[in-house]
Amino acid sequence: MRAALEASRKSVNVAVLSKVHPLRSHSAAAQGGINAALGDEDTWEAHAFDTVKGSDYLADQDAAEVLCKEAPADIIELENMGTVFSRREDGRLQQRPFGGAGFPRTCYVGDITGQAILHVVWEQLIKAGVPTYEEWFVTSLVVEDGACRGVIAMEMRSGQVQAIAAKAVILATGGLGRVYQPTTNSLISTGDGMSLAYRAGAPLMDMEFVQFHPTTLKDSGVLLTEGARGEGAYLLNSLGERFMARYAPQKMELAPRDVVSRAEQTEIDEGRGVDGCVLLDLRHLGEERIRERLWQINDLAQDLAGTDILKEPVAVRPGMHYHMGGVKTDINGATLLPGLYAAGECACVSVHGGNRLGGNSLLETVVFGRRAGAAAADCASAAAPHNVSQAAVADQERALKAVLERSRREDTTASIRHEMGTTMTAKLSVFRTEKEMAQAVEKMRELKEHYRSLGVQDKGRVFNFDLANYVELGYLLDCAECIAAAALARRESRGAHSRRDFPERDDESWLRHSLSYHTPDGPRLDHTPVTVTRWQPERRAY
Amino acid sequence: MEARLRVRRFDPESGDGARYQSYALEVPSYATVLDTLLQIRDDLDGSLALRCSCRSAICGSCAMRINGQARLACKTKVLALAPDGEEITVEPMGNMPVIKDLVTDMASFWSKVKAIGPWLQPVGPSPKREYLVPQETTRDLTEVMACIMCGACVSDCATLETELGLGKDPDATFLGPAALAKAYRFVADPRDGADGQRLLALSRAEGIWDCTRCNICVEVCPKGVAPLEQILALRRKAIEAGYEENLGARHTLEFEKTVRESAWL
Repeated sequence: MRAALEASRKSVNVAVLSKVHPLRSHSAAAQGGINAALGDEDTWEAHAFDTVKGSDYLADQDAAEVLCKEAPADIIELENMGTVFSRREDGRLQQRPFGGAGFPRTCYVGDITGQAILHVVWEQLIKAGVPTYEEWFVTSLVVEDGACRGVIAMEMRSGQVQAIAAKAVILATGGLGRVYQPTTNSLISTGDGMSLAYRAGAPLMDMEFVQFHPTTLKDSGVLLTEGARGEGAYLLNSLGERFMARYAPQKMELAPRDVVSRAEQTEIDEGRGVDGCVLLDLRHLGEERIRERLWQINDLAQDLAGTDILKEPVAVRPGMHYHMGGVKTDINGATLLPGLYAAGECACVSVHGGNRLGGNSLLETVVFGRRAGAAAADCASAAAPHNVSQAAVADQERALKAVLERSRREDTTASIRHEMGTTMTAKLSVFRTEKEMAQAVEKMRELKEHYRSLGVQDKGRVFNFDLANYVELGYLLDCAECIAAAALARRESRGAHSRRDFPERDDESWLRHSLSYHTPDGPRLDHTPVTVTRWQPERRAY
Repeated sequence: MEARLRVRRFDPESGDGARYQSYALEVPSYATVLDTLLQIRDDLDGSLALRCSCRSAICGSCAMRINGQARLACKTKVLALAPDGEEITVEPMGNMPVIKDLVTDMASFWSKVKAIGPWLQPVGPSPKREYLVPQETTRDLTEVMACIMCGACVSDCATLETELGLGKDPDATFLGPAALAKAYRFVADPRDGADGQRLLALSRAEGIWDCTRCNICVEVCPKGVAPLEQILALRRKAIEAGYEENLGARHTLEFEKTVRESAWL
C-alpha cells in the first residue's frame, strides 16, 4: 500500500490487488515497533551499523544505509498521516529499546504498532482514491517479450480468472512463514510473491536465512513481542537463572534474535528448559506498565496459554517468525526481471542479511515500499502500451479446472502441508546439520511429486478456499525447496543459519549472497557478492 | 477432548438454501473455535468456507456468530464455551448478506467506514517534525484506534437489525458502531482540523443519533473499543459545537431542560 501511495503521487494509474482485504495483511501482526534514529544522541550511522552487525555482515551496506538514513523522515510522515505513536512527557515520539540496538530507537503504538501503521496507510490510500481489488488471488505473472506485463488472478467472489495488464508490477506479498509448522505468521503468509517471481525467472536471494523469534507461545506458536524484553522482561531457565548472562553478557535479553533463540534452544537441549520452553517473566514491570504498553500480549497469553503474565512467567520458545531472504532486488525494488518490483518481506534488498533486528521489518516495508512505488511509476511512465495475450488466461483456467476435476484422495493439501511444515521445523530449525538438511531437500522433492496429483473436495468456484489453498501449497513447496537447498549449500554458520557441523562464520568462502534460480528439476544455486561500504566484518559479540 | 460444532452452511452454486451441518472431532484442550473449523476443513470437509488469517485477534478476518453472539473465532476457546462437550453453533455474521458458509458480503460495512472520511484532515502546513501530542491523548486515541474492523459490532447491532428488517437499502441504514467509533478517533485527535464538518455530517440522519444505546456493540467488541461510548462522546461534542438542528439533539436538549426545570423525568 505504501508503494501504491507513492506511485499515485507520481500520477500514474495504479491499483492494489490483494488476496485478502488489505487490512487483513500480516503487517497488522507486527507488535513491537519501527526503528529510526530520531534521538538527539542517536545517528543513522549507528542504526545502520547495528543493522549490519545484526545481519552478521551479510546485509548489503548501501541498502542498510538507505534504510537507516531515510527512516526518520518516513516515521515523521507516518506520524503526520495520523499514526498514534506513543509519546514522551513533552509530547514528542517515545522510543523503546529493542534487541541488538545501541540506542532506544524503536517508535511504537503500545504493542499494536503494525496494526496502527497498516490502518493509517490504508486510510491514505482511500484519501488518494487508489482502487483496491480485494480478494483477488494471483496465480501467475504475465511475462511476455522478456518483461513482466501484468498478473493472472482469480476473483475469489466469482472464481473467474482474468488477466490484469500492467506496465509495472510490484510484489508486496509478505513472507513464507507457513512453510514451517508452527509459525507466528498468518495463514496467508504462503510465499506467493517469491514463488511467482521465481517461476517467472527472477532469482531469489538468501533463502536459507529463517528467523526464529525467541518468544512465541508454546501451543499456538503465537508471538509475544520483543517489546516485552524491551520494556525489561527477563528470560529464565528451570533453575530460575537469567541464562542470557552466559551468551550475551552485555545485551542480555536484548541481544539479537538469532543469539537469544540459540541460547534458549541450548538451555532446552541441555535440560534446563521447562517442558520444552523457557520462561518469560514480566511480573516486575508492574501492572500499569503492562496494561499501558503491552496489553495485546497480556490478552494473548491469557486467551491462548491461560497464563496471567501479571502473576506468573509465561512459557515461550523459539518459533519461526520471519524470512530474511526473498526476491532479489536493488535499492529501488527492481528485481532482475524488467517490469517486476518487490518490497517488504517478499523482497531481499538485502538489509537484513543473516538476521533481522526487531523494528526493522515495518521500517523496510515503508522505506522500500516507497522507493519501489516511485521506481515502478517511472518504469510505467516510460513503457509503451502492451496487450496481454489471452492465451495465458486460458492456460491458467485449464490448469485450475484440472485440479477441480481430480477428486480428493488420501493425500490432501492439508496432509502434504503438514508434512512439509513439520519436516522443515524438525530439519531446518535453530540448529542445522548436513544430514538433516539433505533429508529435508529429499523430502521436499518427494512432496512436490505428490502435490502434482492432489485433488480438491470443493468443486464450486465461489470462495473456493480449497482450491486457493492448493495453489498456495505449490508456492510454499517452491519456497521450502529453495530454503533447504540453499541452507544445505552454505557450509558455515552466519546469523540465523547455524550449523552444528560448521559452527564458525567463514568470510573467506561465504561472505556472499546465495541466489536460487528456477529450473524444472529444482533450484539452481548461484552466488553474488555482498556490498561492503564502511564496515569490515568483525567478530560478532553482544 | 471432543469438540462438537453445528455449522451453518450455504452454497450459492447448489441452488439449495442454508442448512446446518454437525461435526464432532478430537481437538487439543487449547483449541479455539477457529482451530476447530480449520481442522474440519483439513480433515473432514474441504468445502467449508471461512475467512481467517492471523489467529491472534489482530487481522479482523474471522468474526462470526458463535452461540448466537458475534465473536472472533480465533479468540474463542472451545473449552470455555463447552466445558462439558456441548455442541457449539457457528453461523456467519448478522446484518450482512451471506455469500457462502461463514463468508459474508462486507461491502456495506466498508462503504460506511469510507463515508466518514477516514483519514486525518489537518489544517495548515505540516510541522517540521512530529505533532506534539500529550501521552494521555494518545493513550485514549489508541484505545479506539485498536479497532480491527472485524464487523462484530455491526453484526449484532440492534438498530441495524431493525432497519434491515424493515427492508431498508443496506447503504441507507445507520452508519453503525464501527464507522462511528472510527469517526470519533479523528474528532478526538488534536491533529485533525475537520471536527466541525465531521460533527455536522455525523449529526444527519443515519448518524450518531440513530443509535438506540442497546450496548450490544460494547459487549461483543473483541478489542475493548466500546463503540457506544464513542458514539455518546460524539453526541456531546456535536451539541457543544452547536449542531442541534436534528431530532436526536433536540430530544436530548429538551430532556435536559425538563429535568433541570421540573426535576421530573
